[in-house]
Amino acid sequence: MTGLLIRGATTLGGAQEDIRVREGRIVATGSLLPELRETVIDAAGLVALPGLVDLHTHLREPGGEASETVLTGTRAAAAGGFTAVFAMANTSPVADTAGVVEQVASLGHRHGYATVRPIGAVTVGLAGERLSEIGAMARSRAAVRVFSDDGKCVHDALLMRRALEYVATFDGVIAQHAQEPRLTEGAQMNEGALSGELGLAGWPAVAEEAIIARDVLLAQHVGARLHVCHVSTAGSVDVIRWAKARGIAVTAEVTPHHLLLTEELARGYDARFKVNPPLRRDEDVHALRTALADGTIDIVATDHAPHPAEAKECTWAEAAFGMVGLESALPVVQTAMIETGMLGWADIARVLSTAPAAIGRLEGYESPLAEGSAAHLTLVDPAARRTWGADDLHGRSSNTPYTGVELAGAIVATVHGGVPTLLDGALRPAEEVARG
Amino acid sequence: MKHLLSTRDLDRAAAVRLLDVAEDMALTATREVRKLPTLRGRTVVNLFFEDSTRTRLSFESAAKRLSADVITFSAKGSSVSKGESLKDTAQTLQAMGADAIVVRHPSSGAAHQLAHSGWIDAHVLNAGDGTHEHPTQALLDAFTMRSRRFGGDSRGRDLNGMRVLIVGDVLHSRVARSNVWLLETLGAEVHLCAPRTLLPAGVGSWPARIHHDLDAALATGPDAVMMLRVQQERMHDAFFPSALEYAREYGLTAERFGRLEADTMVMHPGPMNRGLEISSAAADSARSTVLEQVTNGVFIRMASLYLLIAGADDAPRPSGADA
Repeated sequence: MTGLLIRGATTLGGAQEDIRVREGRIVATGSLLPELRETVIDAAGLVALPGLVDLHTHLREPGGEASETVLTGTRAAAAGGFTAVFAMANTSPVADTAGVVEQVASLGHRHGYATVRPIGAVTVGLAGERLSEIGAMARSRAAVRVFSDDGKCVHDALLMRRALEYVATFDGVIAQHAQEPRLTEGAQMNEGALSGELGLAGWPAVAEEAIIARDVLLAQHVGARLHVCHVSTAGSVDVIRWAKARGIAVTAEVTPHHLLLTEELARGYDARFKVNPPLRRDEDVHALRTALADGTIDIVATDHAPHPAEAKECTWAEAAFGMVGLESALPVVQTAMIETGMLGWADIARVLSTAPAAIGRLEGYESPLAEGSAAHLTLVDPAARRTWGADDLHGRSSNTPYTGVELAGAIVATVHGGVPTLLDGALRPAEEVARG
Repeated sequence: MKHLLSTRDLDRAAAVRLLDVAEDMALTATREVRKLPTLRGRTVVNLFFEDSTRTRLSFESAAKRLSADVITFSAKGSSVSKGESLKDTAQTLQAMGADAIVVRHPSSGAAHQLAHSGWIDAHVLNAGDGTHEHPTQALLDAFTMRSRRFGGDSRGRDLNGMRVLIVGDVLHSRVARSNVWLLETLGAEVHLCAPRTLLPAGVGSWPARIHHDLDAALATGPDAVMMLRVQQERMHDAFFPSALEYAREYGLTAERFGRLEADTMVMHPGPMNRGLEISSAAADSARSTVLEQVTNGVFIRMASLYLLIAGADDAPRPSGADA
């Protein structure tokens, strides 16, 4: 492809601008740029965002290719407007060595749909017993900066302290899955009146809040960066707000589904709604939205967790935790945050692109849509509304909670490093994307 | 009625009708031939993913007395133990012509999923799902209470004004949940008594008065005291300090039993842990309804199967049915 001219997009300042892309960079912005020999995208009525960055994706490769691969996961990412994803470490083998993280990063690079930045495991085999080779992963070609045992909590306080201290030496961050294991043994959904009524073992909010409280104090004590994964309760928001007020280097994420869905959906025992952490109460959703709006929660991250059909077509207790979320992330956030007037599009750019890139030390997102910057961008039709169906999913699994649900907005185009991965709402063929 | 999944789904009229049809079914027990042709040619599958000899035999007996063909499927040693899913098992059974599936499963919501996932068309009867519900147990309890209270004058009545005290492991008890919803629907006043560790989250919003002191709860003058089984495996999980302490604090000891009013019923879903939650003095007394509950279970299950399978169409009604 010779280059791109994006004509008349609404930029974050609200103006209509043309954006010219050449050789992976934005080379010019302005109005009525002359048309050269290039592909022209008519972006009238579309909002131009910096390419979205997901700090929390499960790509499942290696080992879980029946659920997702780096290729299918990054295709889903491109369809959802993402140009970079951070791939969680709970693969098989676990991403706890330089070899595995380099393999994952290289698969992403080869396919080209999105930049893949692997997340390294904090502990060997996610077993919570010994630190993994964090330094080797950091120095590898994958240049890992985010470490997490996500899916499991680093529950040993001493090990967590050591991990925080260790990664601080190369500006890394520990992304904690905050779940006190003893308080959540057998837990199936949020603990409350509904879990009591449905006879499902409850997952108390305090199991999340207690770990966050401990970890922010540890981060302060050792002077390291802590990132809290998928915050789900109002009490967690209170703890993070308190920690930030004390100047502790803590950042936090919320998933799109925790901004929109509540535990009431468990009433039908439909395992698509079984997720870790669980869907919570209305009051929690309200607190999470408020915290995202006031900056207490820094970013939105999908926790895209693909599972094959058989892992969900079973009883609630047997079903796997998790839901896919890359394709629906922006429509859900638009529905929950923009349509409620709590965020504007510039905020969306921050919480879904520049801030997650900054937390993960991902370069190329520092000056979004500015001349000279890397051409990672996403065009959104904010006026669209559509009812979600299987056709909206591009990964290998279909465990979405939004089938049959009307959501706002539509991703029209995604450009990764100057290469369109999605045009007119359709993914471009793999060979064209890989060629660049 | 397409399915019987939960007592929450029953309004007063539906619950009383079930009890009344069970009265009709009970009449058949006095006949020389204790069998009705009502479900001849229909197939009832007992799909048991969890061991329960009593409940399985009760459902088998009920279906056979209605002349249904009965297939009993136990997960142990079957394809289920080789990894076959609930969905595949249920679809296989439906392909064999099951009109109704009686399902018992260790997972809460399993019966609901069978009924509403679109996997099968058969009627689904919940014979106990995890720690969620066991509706026919609650119905047989209500039937037993009504029979004791009103005798031959039971038909058409509810339990308005009765005070029922349920004692013990409410947290893990599907029997307690089904009873709370049904008893409230039938107008009874429900009391629960347990240590806080054995009460579910949100129990304060249930239609029941909560007690932690059994002596104080008994002093409210219950018409029925329902003791729940203590599951021995819970003792190792810090729900209470020791069996001895549990028996002392929450057991229906001979001494406590002696303080009950002369007409207070003593109920237990069985099997009983004698000396733990219930003393032999209470279990073997004339006030104990334990064996009546077992007998009445067959009538309730006959009524449930009849109303599910035949109640909505033109199949013959049981002799003496009034509706």
